[in-house]
Amino acid sequence: METKQLSRVDLIFKPEGKEIELLKKKLNEDGDDFILELIDSGLKGRGGAGFLTGLKWKLAREAKADQKYVICNADEGEPGTFKDREILERVPRKVFTGMALCGHIVGATKGYIYLRAEYKYLAPKLKKCMADLNDEFKKIGLEFTLDIRYGSGAYVCGEETALIESMEGKRGEPRNKPPFPVTEGYLNKPTVVNNVETFVNTMIISEIGFKEYKKLGTDHSRGMKLFSISGDAVKEGIFELELGMSLADFVEEFGDGDTKAVQVGGASGFCVPRKKFKETIIGFEGIPTGGSMKIFNSSRSMYNVLHNYLDFFQEESCGQCTPCRVGCQQLLLGIEAVKRRERPSSYLDELMKLADTMKISAKCGLGQSVGNAFVSIIENFREEIVY
Amino acid sequence: MINLTINNIPLSVEEGTTVLDAARQLNLRIPTLCYHEDLCIAGNCRVCVVEQVGMRNLLASCATPVRENMQILTNSMKVRQARKNIIELLLSEHNSDCTKCYKNGNCELQTMANEYRTGNHIYTDLIPLKHNKVDVSSPSIMKDDSKCIRCQRCVRTCAELQGVNALAVAHKGHEMKISSFYDKPMHEVVCTNCGQCINRCPTGALVERNYIEEVWNAIYDPTKHVAVQTAPAVRVALGEELGFEVGERVTGKMVAALRRLGFNSVLDTDFTADLTIMEEGTELLTRLKKALVDKDQSVTLPMTTSCSPGWIKFIEHTYPNLLPNVSTCKSPQQMFGALVKTYYAQKKNINPKDIVSVSIMPCTAKKFEAQRPEMRDSGYQDVDYVLTTRELAIMIKQAGIEFLKLEDEKFDRFMGDSTGAAVIFGATGGVMEAALRTAYELVTGREVPFENLNITPVRGMEGVREASVTIANVLPEWSFLEGVELKCAIAHGLANAHKLMAAVESGDANYHFIEVMACPGGCLGGGGQPIPTSPEIRNKRAKAIYAEDEGLPMRKSHENPEVTQIYEEFLGHPLGHKSHELLHTHYRARKRY
Ligand SMILES: Cc1cc2nc3c(=O)[nH]c(=O)nc-3n(C[C@H](O)[C@H](O)[C@H](O)COP(=O)(O)O)c2cc1C
Ligand code: SF4
Ligand code: SF4
Ligand code: SF4
Ligand code: SF4
Ligand code: FES
Repeated sequence: METKQLSRVDLIFKPEGKEIELLKKKLNEDGDDFILELIDSGLKGRGGAGFLTGLKWKLAREAKADQKYVICNADEGEPGTFKDREILERVPRKVFTGMALCGHIVGATKGYIYLRAEYKYLAPKLKKCMADLNDEFKKIGLEFTLDIRYGSGAYVCGEETALIESMEGKRGEPRNKPPFPVTEGYLNKPTVVNNVETFVNTMIISEIGFKEYKKLGTDHSRGMKLFSISGDAVKEGIFELELGMSLADFVEEFGDGDTKAVQVGGASGFCVPRKKFKETIIGFEGIPTGGSMKIFNSSRSMYNVLHNYLDFFQEESCGQCTPCRVGCQQLLLGIEAVKRRERPSSYLDELMKLADTMKISAKCGLGQSVGNAFVSIIENFREEIVY
Repeated sequence: MINLTINNIPLSVEEGTTVLDAARQLNLRIPTLCYHEDLCIAGNCRVCVVEQVGMRNLLASCATPVRENMQILTNSMKVRQARKNIIELLLSEHNSDCTKCYKNGNCELQTMANEYRTGNHIYTDLIPLKHNKVDVSSPSIMKDDSKCIRCQRCVRTCAELQGVNALAVAHKGHEMKISSFYDKPMHEVVCTNCGQCINRCPTGALVERNYIEEVWNAIYDPTKHVAVQTAPAVRVALGEELGFEVGERVTGKMVAALRRLGFNSVLDTDFTADLTIMEEGTELLTRLKKALVDKDQSVTLPMTTSCSPGWIKFIEHTYPNLLPNVSTCKSPQQMFGALVKTYYAQKKNINPKDIVSVSIMPCTAKKFEAQRPEMRDSGYQDVDYVLTTRELAIMIKQAGIEFLKLEDEKFDRFMGDSTGAAVIFGATGGVMEAALRTAYELVTGREVPFENLNITPVRGMEGVREASVTIANVLPEWSFLEGVELKCAIAHGLANAHKLMAAVESGDANYHFIEVMACPGGCLGGGGQPIPTSPEIRNKRAKAIYAEDEGLPMRKSHENPEVTQIYEEFLGHPLGHKSHELLHTHYRARKRY
């Protein structure tokens, strides 16, 4: 499999300035062409699920409706992720013009940013930026206005359909899919929901061109990505790296020399033990991440790590569906019981089956991904759970 | 048409069909819990999952439309394993004390647990870790959170069918539960006691407050005269609980069973339904005269019916400013209660304090109504106990009565006679039809101009219906009504009533007379009726009601000889002094929160 050396990139935070000019250019070009370029660029969503962005826009463009919407998902609730905040602080114009570009391509005239409740302090600056841009869009003849909505503080509201429910003033419960938001989203109109970073990438592609963009990353994971690095790292913070590196290279660069495992992708991601660092590629062909990379050294108890994740999930599940609501509680109580010797260690096998059931039967990505951390930690650190 | 296979059997179904419905076309039942025909799709219980060949994740069959070339497996190993796990998860969160549970024997969760033989409870019992509450504050409804599987059928019922929103989901994660506003006791919130949520709750989490023991005790008490009345809709549904097909009329067997249970007199609410028509019809004509002849601005029109206590509590909370529009007539149950402890007591020479008045109702709201302080005009609580159709079925079973084999019997002669007009009170549009049959004839001296007295425009299951009757060639004393087009509207299900009243409030609607029934389908779909319910079941019950009407010798309320008799002997005339005292009431504004 193709791997890339770890290499820094500096595209996302490059100073702003050219956005309106780029947008203006795109207004005079054929939208179908840009869709093809976007698909060809291989850009996949940066919010975690990794859906081809070009395809999403294509579906929304093809949907017939009197009104469509563009929503920027800035709910950033995955534990250990803080890259969207950084983008919104430093290059908000790139995000907003990306949304406007999307609006132009798919035929939407209204864009909303759904801002995580904890990021409200950013709102005044963002609003000013949006107001300026709304004027500038008008000047260049683009009918598109930006507005802001606030999250409710629930992790699940980052899931796109729960986000939409929440924007409609309802309880943030994920919807049944299909229909997907591209055909029936906000107010049941076709809606593109993309991550903050995804919108920035679309602007980068329109600036440097899809051919240049494609040079970055691997076949399955094109481009670069922001990583939020935390835990037992020598360097913490946000780093922009080319996709497709091996986890070994990553740990070499960021670990403290005593790394025993890395949780790739936050609570909903996978825990990779040292013995698998070499073979693990960070990207869609290996382990994808919305950006969170949490490094654990040998002083960490993996029981506590897992306990924290499960505790997080049993709180943050919206609670509507059985596998997730009850499953999370059972997994948590289950490892506690095994730890306390109230249950035999073989009960962990029963729980592995449960985690599997949750993965394939929960209603949304939250419940479906609880098993990721659970299975990968039990498989690799079983003795730490039992003893 | 979409082509697919289910368990390797090819079929083609219409686009938009769900996998669940497609499987049904092959007579394949996929288990469901949150799904209910009357409600929007929730897709939250996940017991209906099926496998689509080639896909990692299972699909919720209730929520997934078919797609071309889908290959569905409803009973693969993967499906069975997941489904079993899910049922076990539900049970781990559930207070499974079936033998003590009111829903024992008619519980969807129990049936499913039985089907899957989930004997070995592998997961941790969560019940001791939760602070579940049992709410018995309401005279109509019991809510036991330890029995709740969070399917949200009740929430959807209350919001979609009733527009009340008394129940909602509160909290998230492991604390998620079904709650009332601020978790207040049910009797302190907007709940109308309609019981529609009970009819759709798959478990014992929502059930009626039952008064079975109290009624047995009264029957066993030799000093008491226990009089029972039965509402029109009971007779077309009771059979469902006792071995008959849906839509079977069991009036005669019901009467026989009530006698065998030991009720001292077996009477018919239909009698006071006829009386209601006399009172309400007169009230409507009086209001029309004041408005049309006297030009009295204080008269409020349209007048709405008042026989559905769920509707009454709804309007008290939601449109208190429209209360003057509501007829002052008590419901037939309460008219009956007031008369049993006065007129009937006199005639039978029984001291009213020794009468225990019991009513068998398709309704849970009537339990609340009977306990309203306004309902004591006889000097006592007019109706002592209200049992639902379901509770009566339980008593009949307890007494070991072989219902299927009973010979038909007739109601007692006195306050037991009624007409077809009274029977149709049990269906949406029935009060309207009965009122029109009488009012039209009163005013014109002729029968309503509909074939065989069947006023079909007011029938059916459309949520809001309109009809109008032009009154022509009237008798001299009603000359003010000559040529008037009487405009009527009908709503059933409180969400529909909500729409209609919004139109009345805004002045967009100019009707004279409105019939509202709180429950979908009218009383035949009442919150006390046999479970399950569905559009098909309600249609069959409606058919039975109209068949009962056609089969009766008298079909117009004013023809009921007992009604004539009670006016001569006791009440005087409709809206007279005595009527006013016993048969009419007033309402109170209540807050929404
Ligand atoms: C529980 C849960 C939480 C999520 N939180 C976020 C989030 O905070 N930000 C985000 O962009 N996507 C989040 N997602 C993914 C979104 O549902 C959606 O896939 C994404 O916004 C699409 O944008 P993208 O294609 O640009 O990644 C979450 C998904 C789940 C299941
Ligand atoms: S998986 Fe969890 S978060 Fe998603 S719908 Fe089910 S309960 Fe809610
Ligand atoms: S709700 Fe059903 S399963 Fe639960 S205790 Fe009652 S009868 Fe048994
Ligand atoms: S009884 Fe009726 S109003 Fe009350 S909660 Fe149930 S459905 Fe809602
Ligand atoms: S009370 Fe009944 S209907 Fe409501 S969520 Fe619980 S189990 Fe479902
Ligand atoms: S019946 Fe389909 S998810 Fe509940």
